[in-house]
Amino acid sequence: MLAKRIIPCLDVKDGRVVKGTNFVNLQDAGGAVELAYRYYKEGADELVFLDISATEEKRKTLIEIVKEVGKAIRIPFTVGGGISALADIEAQLKAGADKVSLNSSIVKNPQLINEASKQFGAQAIVAAVDVKTVNGKKRVFVKGGKEVTDLDGIEWCKRVCEHGAGEILLTSMDRDGTRSGYDVKFLKQVVDAVTIPVIASGGAGKVEDFLEAFEKAEIGACLAAGLFHYNILNIGDLKKYLKENNVRVRL
Amino acid sequence: MIAVIDYGAGNVQSILNALDDLKVEYKVTNNETVICNSAKIIFPGVGEASFAMRKLHLNNLVTMLRVTKKPLLGICLGMQLLSQKSEEGNACCLGVVPAACVKFDESKVKVPQIGWNAVKIEMNSVLFEGIEANTHFYFANSFYMPVCDFTIASAQYDVPFTAALQKNNYYGVQFHPEKSGEAGIKLLQNFIEKC
Repeated sequence: MLAKRIIPCLDVKDGRVVKGTNFVNLQDAGGAVELAYRYYKEGADELVFLDISATEEKRKTLIEIVKEVGKAIRIPFTVGGGISALADIEAQLKAGADKVSLNSSIVKNPQLINEASKQFGAQAIVAAVDVKTVNGKKRVFVKGGKEVTDLDGIEWCKRVCEHGAGEILLTSMDRDGTRSGYDVKFLKQVVDAVTIPVIASGGAGKVEDFLEAFEKAEIGACLAAGLFHYNILNIGDLKKYLKENNVRVRL
Repeated sequence: MIAVIDYGAGNVQSILNALDDLKVEYKVTNNETVICNSAKIIFPGVGEASFAMRKLHLNNLVTMLRVTKKPLLGICLGMQLLSQKSEEGNACCLGVVPAACVKFDESKVKVPQIGWNAVKIEMNSVLFEGIEANTHFYFANSFYMPVCDFTIASAQYDVPFTAALQKNNYYGVQFHPEKSGEAGIKLLQNFIEKC
């Protein structure tokens, strides 16, 4: 059977990995390629690179980094941030990325999911959904968490699934950077509402948080960033803990 | 020289990166003559089956792929295209292996299957030499080939399915060896050195 995945996320700005709290207060966490290689050796199942400056500055993600990362590691990785056209997707995949994550661009034009999925296969298309609670409702945010939309979190996840996305990367902006645990209740609602795999993001602070997301939300993969960048948690140790608690992982 | 077929269905860069690790000489090509002058063939593929078959027809590669006597390794969709047909786009495939590819049941498991699955070796093959039983490999597929007479390794995702196959000079893996860490590189090395 399929193993649960642990995915370090590298937010990249100008070739450096950064990590902030609630999408702001960015701190430098190291070079992208060297961190990618470290995680590969520690047993990461996949990596995600998000060019966080891409959308706001209307810049394309750093294709050179993608090429270097592809040479350095032998596990799959996803690239996102500022990708808005089929040509952008093709360029990232040709550079060596396995998947692209789409966020603001698919809110603007959901049809992009259908087209991309048809051309590159659903397995290459990840819908990144950033959700934050506004007046008690889970609302979808775009532009790196800066702009609220009138989309409901669960409804939007169902729609990206119907449009042909291969996976959902679901970030709780409420929890992001707080290390207070994943938003398990909401994750479970999304997992039950869609037929594609869901990756949990936002809030991981300790090994128990991962266990809870896998057990209670039946999530397929857990993503974390700062926790790994600053060596608060070692990926190998985390996976050993999960295995001891009867979660199927790749060691 | 290894011919890596690039026929416009999926990118080959990751495979080339892995071949570079192994210091193997290769050519990326869609040219029948170049392929016929190679020692071995790597036949990748991602995306939709009927679209990929159309691309093979447009590149005039179908007959060559059906009759070649060179060791050939189909990867992911490349393996599925060795079957007779696929439910995906109702594709008529190469017909090397008597099997038909079908979709995973969305009411039972998340589709596509994305992630690392444990591979059970069903039959001895040089392809898996030096690779431990139940090693995890990386899969990304919505359709699968059921277990058949030519299955040499299987995995389980709702149902058991063909993770690797062998028929004469034809080899196929449903997973991505180029994305499966050191075990994947070992498998590629086995194909290059031993098949």
